[in-house]
Amino acid sequence: MNLPNLTRTSAFRLTLLYMTLFGASVLVLLGFISWSTIALIERQTDETIEAEIRGLAEQYRERGLFRLVAVIHDRSADHADQSNVYLLTDPTLGPIAGNLTNWPAETDAGGWVHLTLKKREDGKSVAHQIRARTFVLPGGYRLLVGRDTNEKDKFEETIKEAVNWSLALTFGFGLIGGVFISRRMLARVDRVSTTAQGIIAGDLARRIEISGSGDEFDRLAENLNAMLAQIERLMSGMRLATDSIAHDLRGPLTRLKGRIEMALRCPPETGQDREALADVLAQTDAALVVFDTLLKIATAEARTDAEDLETLDLASLAGNAAELYEPVAEEKGVALDVDTEGQARIRGQPQLLAQAIANLLDNAVKHTPAGGRITVTTGNRGNGVALAVADTGPGIPEADRARVLERFVRLEESRSTPGAGLGLSLVAAVAKLHDATVHLDDNNPGLRISVRFPADPRGDGVNGGAPEPDNRLN
Amino acid sequence: MRILIIEDDRETADYLRKGLAENGHVVDHAPTGPQGLAMALESVYDALIVDRMLPGLDGLSVIQALRKEQLNTPVLILSALGQVNDRVRGLKAGGDDYLVKPFAFSELLARLEALGRRTSPEEKVVTTLRLADLEMNLLARTVTRARHPIELQPREFRLLEYLLRHAGQVVTRTMLLEGVWDYHFDPQTNVIDVHISRLRAKIDKGFDVPLLHTVRGAGYTLREPA
Repeated sequence: MNLPNLTRTSAFRLTLLYMTLFGASVLVLLGFISWSTIALIERQTDETIEAEIRGLAEQYRERGLFRLVAVIHDRSADHADQSNVYLLTDPTLGPIAGNLTNWPAETDAGGWVHLTLKKREDGKSVAHQIRARTFVLPGGYRLLVGRDTNEKDKFEETIKEAVNWSLALTFGFGLIGGVFISRRMLARVDRVSTTAQGIIAGDLARRIEISGSGDEFDRLAENLNAMLAQIERLMSGMRLATDSIAHDLRGPLTRLKGRIEMALRCPPETGQDREALADVLAQTDAALVVFDTLLKIATAEARTDAEDLETLDLASLAGNAAELYEPVAEEKGVALDVDTEGQARIRGQPQLLAQAIANLLDNAVKHTPAGGRITVTTGNRGNGVALAVADTGPGIPEADRARVLERFVRLEESRSTPGAGLGLSLVAAVAKLHDATVHLDDNNPGLRISVRFPADPRGDGVNGGAPEPDNRLN
Repeated sequence: MRILIIEDDRETADYLRKGLAENGHVVDHAPTGPQGLAMALESVYDALIVDRMLPGLDGLSVIQALRKEQLNTPVLILSALGQVNDRVRGLKAGGDDYLVKPFAFSELLARLEALGRRTSPEEKVVTTLRLADLEMNLLARTVTRARHPIELQPREFRLLEYLLRHAGQVVTRTMLLEGVWDYHFDPQTNVIDVHISRLRAKIDKGFDVPLLHTVRGAGYTLREPA
């Protein structure tokens, strides 16, 4: 971490801005204090001078010139306070008494004047600023009373020094603070960058370290980590999909190829080629169904259809699907019951949900022997909605239940029935798209698959009331 | 029917042209979007088959341009894009039906003929559908054959209604799934076949001439006895 890098951080720029603002406010504050204090001192000086002039004028009026001269002598004597300046002149400006040598050349309208006196102090000549007032006494005598303003100047000096120091400290501390904060922030941002670079390099499992302080960086890191987890999930889903396509389309395609080659070897006059073509077409269709289902699963998992969700009634979807499968079940000697308690509103994608329900029913019909019973139920469960399809077939051993939701998993027992083993994977993918969970339980005997959806956050959720007559099948 | 195929894939276009000509249709072909649009605007066609991904101007834009010109020729969209929202987008752009590639030719033919029929002037508000001695009253929701009342479940009624509205045409399983169940996917079990055989048992059993026929490799048709 070099310095130019540091000064380019936003934290540093922010610190600099604060520093400037703080410096400016210090300046304004001290400026105001000095201005008002100086004004006060000046006013006091002026008042003192005026009071003294009044006092001296009174002495003159009451006890005459001699007394005045004596007083001035006394006050301006060497041992007296050297910060006071006096001068008494005759009407021709000839000095009579006082510690000032010359009458000032000019005074302003109020008789105020500003003088600079040089005094020897400790062998050095020091300039003193004097504020003075002139006054004309009856008889034409002129009186000047002044005061050394060094006190005020010293104060001004002190203030200036204070301002300089404050500014220096503000900037000093600000700079150090800025560098410190920037370094801290940069260190954390750098950690995120390092993680990102690791991920770019291909290590998708890496995550940003969380300090545990719960600050904004932690929140950012948590969100980024969630995003990374989602990306990783999608990537592995995609990889699984392509792997599955490669793996499971190879089977049907190999059979297809074999069938074509066999047909080609047959002599044309046997007339077997039409039969072979029909067979080839059927196998092509089967391969296309696998392909299509894989695409659907991948899309549902990637949630690209998530914006197409609408409010729908799961009970009516279930009733519809049950109605579609009821004749097939009946033909097989299996009873199909629907038990929907009122409406079951959720936000969902109707086509995908319908297909998921159809897949569940398809499985149930396939695996339930004659004389069995399939029950479809929907209803409001707690603050959600549940759909369940239960059959009285052989069921699934507990150990295999989680596995059947994966792609292309067909249990040994079901090898004899047709299917690609994608039905339940699609159900799982559709459930995931709807933030629903899939549960496989024992139906004693048989299998009970339930999908639990969160309630529609927009609708009123629970609507009791009679099921639509169209959904009843008995 | 006079049909215009707007499709850039030479092989698909030839396959369609050949198949449609064999079934007695007159076929024109345009390989690009702009060319197809120009041809559709210049001549009169009974139906258009439009691919979605076309050079020059994509299929949906071609359809939108046609609809803007108040040209209401039925359009069958043919596309490799088969997601739920692709289909919705296609129909929103003004397409009348949507078929995903790869498709069975019989499916395309059945859908195209259904589309061509749709524009016929007889498409009015009807209260009774009739075929030979089979009669359906849409208001009273009753069905009779040779004056004998036939009891139908609500869904069987809708299935028969769909078949009657497409009488004389081949209706495929997917058309029935879409038209009667609003299912835009294909359940893998032969569910439709079982529904059809139930319906057949109700309307044909005990009568000399069957009305509901299976068309091998394609679907079903409800037609007048020859």
